[in-house]
Amino acid sequence: MSGRASSDTLAPPVPIEPGAERIVRRRHYGRWVAAALALALASAFAFSLWRNPNVNRHVVLAYLFAGPTLSGVLVTVELTVLAMGIGVIGAVILALMRLSHNPVLVAVALAYQWFFRGTPQLVQIIFWGFLGALYHNVIIGIPGTRIVFFSAPTSTLVGAFVAALLGLGLNEAAYASEIVRSGILSVHRGQVEAALAVGMTPRRTMRRIVLPQSMRVIIPPMGNETISMLKTTSLVSVISGHDLLTNLQNIYSQTFQVIPLLIVACIWYLFLTTILSVVQARIERRYSRGVATGRQRTRLRPHGIRGTRTSQ
Amino acid sequence: MSDPILRLQGVCKSFGAQRVLNDVNLDVARGEVVCILGRSGAGKSTLLRCINHLESIDSGRITVDGQIMGYRARGHVLHELGEAALARQRLAVGMVFQQFNLFAHMTALENVVEAPRGVLRMARGDAEDLGRALLRRVGLADRCDAYPSELSGGQCQRVAIARALAMKPKVMLFDEPTSALDPELVGEVLDQMRDLAKEGMTMIVVTHEIGFAREVADRAVIMDEGLIVEEGEPRATLANPQTDRARAFLARVL
Repeated sequence: MSGRASSDTLAPPVPIEPGAERIVRRRHYGRWVAAALALALASAFAFSLWRNPNVNRHVVLAYLFAGPTLSGVLVTVELTVLAMGIGVIGAVILALMRLSHNPVLVAVALAYQWFFRGTPQLVQIIFWGFLGALYHNVIIGIPGTRIVFFSAPTSTLVGAFVAALLGLGLNEAAYASEIVRSGILSVHRGQVEAALAVGMTPRRTMRRIVLPQSMRVIIPPMGNETISMLKTTSLVSVISGHDLLTNLQNIYSQTFQVIPLLIVACIWYLFLTTILSVVQARIERRYSRGVATGRQRTRLRPHGIRGTRTSQ
Repeated sequence: MSDPILRLQGVCKSFGAQRVLNDVNLDVARGEVVCILGRSGAGKSTLLRCINHLESIDSGRITVDGQIMGYRARGHVLHELGEAALARQRLAVGMVFQQFNLFAHMTALENVVEAPRGVLRMARGDAEDLGRALLRRVGLADRCDAYPSELSGGQCQRVAIARALAMKPKVMLFDEPTSALDPELVGEVLDQMRDLAKEGMTMIVVTHEIGFAREVADRAVIMDEGLIVEEGEPRATLANPQTDRARAFLARVL
């Protein structure tokens, strides 16, 4: 539309009394075009899948709720939850060590991060899985004496599941600690000073003032990590952990129905990811207290952000 | 001065090679209101932050109500206190910041109640009664449940004053409390401070509000390059400074 044509059509022929005009909001034609296009593409793709004989939806349906699938889902969920538990707790400890004034703690945390981020995760999991080959027995005592408090063969202490947990959780702690650290650093220094000024100890300040505010920054990337962990759990196949993908791979290595079983895996991973996204959105809303409501905050448009002038 | 509540003796402080406080001596009597004036970078804010040991001093000694801030004297040696002991000492000193520094994730009432509950171990009901009373006092009885982002700058600063008063401090420090405010909001904060002064609170106020200093302060202190260059009765000091440095500063702000 040229500027000239629009100015011709928009010029009112007769003056209308101000306040009497009807207001018509801007029309978003682009949205309708985009919606039609997206719908067409999605239905074409769905149709092609539906008609594709290689997909074999009967096999998909048969295995979607089969025993090995469900037990695999359970293991995957257990591993994700527990490994993220270890990861998050470890991450907070490492982040606090990195930010402490104690140079020894800083060095230890740096060394931990250096090692666990610097070696491949697959190798770490294999090492934990075959820890018995490295150390036959776990012995806790006083070196140079015959005093032993505890002794057991490694293989009974660290089974496949525990090895998988350690391999996933300890690695996660190293990565997630940087997320926690950036969250803590994002809290304005004045918050700490105000807390100290009313007589709070540094420990209490961290727990009551800094960490709750850093959550807003920590949650989105931590949600990323959790979803990523959900799929990384499949690495434990190398130490015969029975997670979802490993169980399905075992099936198709015998039946050769690769595509349908991988579709089963995708359906379950997508389902679990969806649940995690919903949980993440809830947690995010909880920790956005005092900033703005979630909807306003996630909008990119400037007019969606209100009341930020007086905020700190 | 027979029994000063706050006493600064030979206080020196450097940031790296830069000397920020250079042998500062100041006695403040109970109930006295002292306004500290001076151009930016003169060391005013650092001086306040040293009083409650947010910054540690390099030499000299700061005493609040007989207690040496930040240190324990043993013979001729000063041992720096641990964090818990420091936190206890800071209870005697309230502080109000230029940027308010309200806890952003807490409502106005939660901001005021947090330390009485967590530090003084007050029961929830008692702490909330105290919090509501203090917010009523600063004229914000109806904004107890508002978050800092929903309050104007002046309201934020009044909440911050209530938060500091909740700990029943013996001395209140104000670090440019109105410098971050829109001009029309300055008055409401100064009114609160005026009331507080009338009630006999000991106050050290770093400010650029010459009018407030003249009207409310018992003493004006002018600092320049880490030194107190002039001090005295505010009207006389501000109208007729004796030193060149004080004159130069006042010529610029008056």
